[in-house]
Amino acid sequence: MKSLSRLFAITKKEVRQLRRDRLTFGMIVGIPVIQMLLFGYAINTDVRNLRTAVADQANTHLSRQFIDDLVHTQVVDIIERVETPGQLEELLRVGEISVGVAIPPDFDRRVVDPDRAAVHLLVDGSDPTISGVARQLRSMPVRFDIGDDVRRAENIAVRPYYNPERRMPVNVIPGLMAIILMMTMTMFTGVAIVRERERGNLELLINTPVNSAELMVGKIIPYIAIGMLQLALILIVGDFLFRVPLRGSVIDLYLAATAFIAASLALGLLVSTLARTQFQAMQMTIFLILPSILLSGFVFPFDGMPTFAQHLGEILPVTHFIRLTRGIMLRDAALAELALDLYFLIGFALVAMTAAALRFTKRLD
Amino acid sequence: MNSDAAIEARGLTKRFGDLKAVSNLDLLVPRGQIYGFLGPNGSGKSTTIRMLCGLLTPSEGVATVLDVSIPGDARLLRPRIGYMTQKFSLFGDMTVYENLQFMAEIYSFPKADRKARIDELLAKYDLVEQRRQMADTMSGGQKQRLALACAVLHRPELLLLDEPTSAVDPQSRRDFWANLFRLAESGTTILVSTHYMDEAERCHRLAILDHGIKVADGTPQHLQESTGMHVVEVTDDDPYAAQSVLHELPEVASVTQLGVRLRVLIPDQHDAPLDIVKNALTRAGIDAHAAIVPATLEDVFVAVTMNCAESHS
Repeated sequence: MKSLSRLFAITKKEVRQLRRDRLTFGMIVGIPVIQMLLFGYAINTDVRNLRTAVADQANTHLSRQFIDDLVHTQVVDIIERVETPGQLEELLRVGEISVGVAIPPDFDRRVVDPDRAAVHLLVDGSDPTISGVARQLRSMPVRFDIGDDVRRAENIAVRPYYNPERRMPVNVIPGLMAIILMMTMTMFTGVAIVRERERGNLELLINTPVNSAELMVGKIIPYIAIGMLQLALILIVGDFLFRVPLRGSVIDLYLAATAFIAASLALGLLVSTLARTQFQAMQMTIFLILPSILLSGFVFPFDGMPTFAQHLGEILPVTHFIRLTRGIMLRDAALAELALDLYFLIGFALVAMTAAALRFTKRLD
Repeated sequence: MNSDAAIEARGLTKRFGDLKAVSNLDLLVPRGQIYGFLGPNGSGKSTTIRMLCGLLTPSEGVATVLDVSIPGDARLLRPRIGYMTQKFSLFGDMTVYENLQFMAEIYSFPKADRKARIDELLAKYDLVEQRRQMADTMSGGQKQRLALACAVLHRPELLLLDEPTSAVDPQSRRDFWANLFRLAESGTTILVSTHYMDEAERCHRLAILDHGIKVADGTPQHLQESTGMHVVEVTDDDPYAAQSVLHELPEVASVTQLGVRLRVLIPDQHDAPLDIVKNALTRAGIDAHAAIVPATLEDVFVAVTMNCAESHS
């Protein structure tokens, strides 16, 4: 009986404290509701509207008919028309499109030739699900208005670029790299300021001549080095164990990573100025990590998400870094070709850093 | 403003919501002295100190600290003041030496003299043997010496100490005060808050705070002489009985028990306070010894905070 009443005393105390921690209480409601709403709508393996470009070198009645049929499947969304297959490859490499449709000049003759494919689909194999989806197009019922006696199979040849063997690690590791960096970087700095506030160090520090910017930047510099080290580890393990290629320049990758690490650290610092306790900082970080995994294109292709989810994904630094890593590592894209994503990361780092420094006033009230 | 004063404040007020933590505080702290804030917990001591170093913005009032007006120019003030927080706030997972080194770097103490200055402080504050010890593993007294060493490292003109001795033993407190006197002698102004009477007595001047209001200030001697109270000390083996009798007297403002002694405060508009006490005791059949004694600081404290409580109600 005594043990039971002591047990209830503990439970009661726990509930009482939990109720007073408003952020935790908010998380209890917020995590399931917000995340369910977000991901319930956003997560969609039935991918549609893949960004697609067409090089129709035949430009016949038949080829135009084929393109119409392709559009009607809703799997592809034709955003650009180019002249040559070479241009398609270029668009694919810089990540502007996920699928390229190459229709050769002798399309009409190929359609009736059982030995040659009539259409080539150039597919971005650096995204795990896209090549799978594109392969489904191969079995698309193609309605050519010619006699039924002609063969139907293999009119469409799929050419997965960048990962022809379709090995999963090649697809996963560049994205995983971004997730790992984001998790560690944001978590490290997320607790950085709060820890000092909890231990009382902050009251001492803000009474010294050190200013907010010095304090913030000084705190993140060691973590940038740690991020670099983690990146090297991931690349080495990826190369040795999983034979993940690094086709682009290692310098480009490191430049992109520097911007991303800075953005993640700045985000962590911002969390640190918003949270009152280390526990709250951890909760906020977790709240950020979930969308970073699910909305960034790491697991589900970006094109498959509804527009509002895509907008949310665009705000996350990790989305842009995944584009950069896949581009540089798998598609041999140059950093200059992916400049927009790099600029976003730099901008994000600056904005988050400024917000953190502004929020962190050297006062206690 | 008067440059002989290290701190000059007028009408300093701080509100937290509905609570007035500090109310209309005037303050004049002369340079080179040890100035004490005496008051119970929650009397506004910490809040005042935090306003004076720019950590908190006053709701009303103005203050000049070392000829710098705060909170506006607090930035200019930082290199010139040293601050010791109530709670130990140095880095527990760094050694004594590393903590001192960090403070030297933060205050941009001249590089060439850093090592010499740190060694000097280690010797002065008796931390030579602990120089490689993690700060968290030290005793309360050692931590406090380290905190003081860090606060004075950059030779501040003004030292603000927020209840520096609340976590240390009496011997450490005595040593600590010896250090403060040494600093004051070399020209440092020291503002120290405390709730210990014996510490308040050591200050050159002090202000007594109660509920955010300054109820008295002056030198300890001046305060003891101007309580406006007679103090009668009653000694009896059964002080409880005597206490109940004296409590009933309309002339008696307060009775405080100290072991077998009772300190009885009677406002000085009443003549012959000794007779009042003696007569009452005799009537109750209590044979106790009573005598007029000089007021201690504790009597002053009881007297002034009592007035304040009356004016509150």
